[in-house]
Amino acid sequence: MSIEKETAITPRSEFAQPVSLWSLYKLFFGVGLMSFGGGLTAWFHREVVLVRRWMTDDEFFSGYSLAQVLPGVNSTNMAVYIGQHVRGAIGSVVALSALLSGPFVVVIAAASAYRYLLEIPGFQAAMAGIATAAVGMLFHLAIRSARGSFRHGPSLLVLVATFVSVGLLQWPLLPVILVLAPLSIAVSWVRKDAPKDAQKDAHE
Amino acid sequence: MSDHPLITFMIVFAPLSLLAIGGASSIYAPLQHQAVDIYQWVGGREYLELFAIARVTPGPGSMLATLIGWRVAGLPGALVATLSLYIPCSVLCFGVAHTWNRYRGTVWHSAIENGLRPIAAGLMASGGVALLRIEDTGPFAWGMAIAATALLMWRPLLHPMILMGAGAAIFVAVRAFTG
Repeated sequence: MSIEKETAITPRSEFAQPVSLWSLYKLFFGVGLMSFGGGLTAWFHREVVLVRRWMTDDEFFSGYSLAQVLPGVNSTNMAVYIGQHVRGAIGSVVALSALLSGPFVVVIAAASAYRYLLEIPGFQAAMAGIATAAVGMLFHLAIRSARGSFRHGPSLLVLVATFVSVGLLQWPLLPVILVLAPLSIAVSWVRKDAPKDAQKDAHE
Repeated sequence: MSDHPLITFMIVFAPLSLLAIGGASSIYAPLQHQAVDIYQWVGGREYLELFAIARVTPGPGSMLATLIGWRVAGLPGALVATLSLYIPCSVLCFGVAHTWNRYRGTVWHSAIENGLRPIAAGLMASGGVALLRIEDTGPFAWGMAIAATALLMWRPLLHPMILMGAGAAIFVAVRAFTG
């Protein structure tokens, strides 16, 4: 309750000073180059929300849902979203090009040297190990994002339904979201409005 | 097919950009069809090889398009293929993000934000499961992923490079012992 009040009163996270384009570029270039094995979203969350505090959890997770629903690559959509949030159009351009420029060079270099890479002992095992670490990052982020839902029955139900249908049954993502999102939004709409009206009545 | 390959890349990759619904994994099948069967830019085996390379290198796995462009037309091909795949969906995403952030603070905005949150959580967990499925490494990989999750819950700011380095080291050691 107190958390909800806080987010309702505080305007969107205002920055003491605007994030410089150079720091935006450095961040996305670095994450792009180090993001082996997927799990870029978890890495973005760590850097943007936990370390740099450029946005709140709510802002990040709603952006994540948008990045998933919209067509395109989730990680680049997320870069565009974060860039837009921090510095507008130019921020999106910088974040996206920074994210792609490192891997662009690496992927071509790797394709040229692929046969040699495969001969390195343990190369494939190392890649599999890196992937499990990336999965751990995603699971951790899912738990963090789910925290509020555990105390609220309908939200928990939506969470489980999403995971079972997309994650376990491998149903196509878009129809699942198109059904669950309106339901979940309606529930939170009703839940948000009730205490506010009660407050208003109490004041009048 | 006397068209310049760079123009063909735009015609093929730009629509795929907007068709990638639910992430890049949904475009691999149509991309393979276009690149292998229709335009015969690469052979079937080569396609799989490029797919594997794009997966093990950092960055989005969809940089497979970059590699196809590079194989066919060198650096200009790689650039045009990359831009054609990422620009259309990014422009759309920017428009939505811009609108979305403009209405921050309104009641319906927070209702949508809160409503989307459990869905995001479910999708993230699903993304983790999907990654484990691709790697296909059995219960040991699951155990490792859960251990990494627990470690992060204890130390959320643990640097990902340490986590990934440890994961790689343990896997290499286990493979070495089990053959």
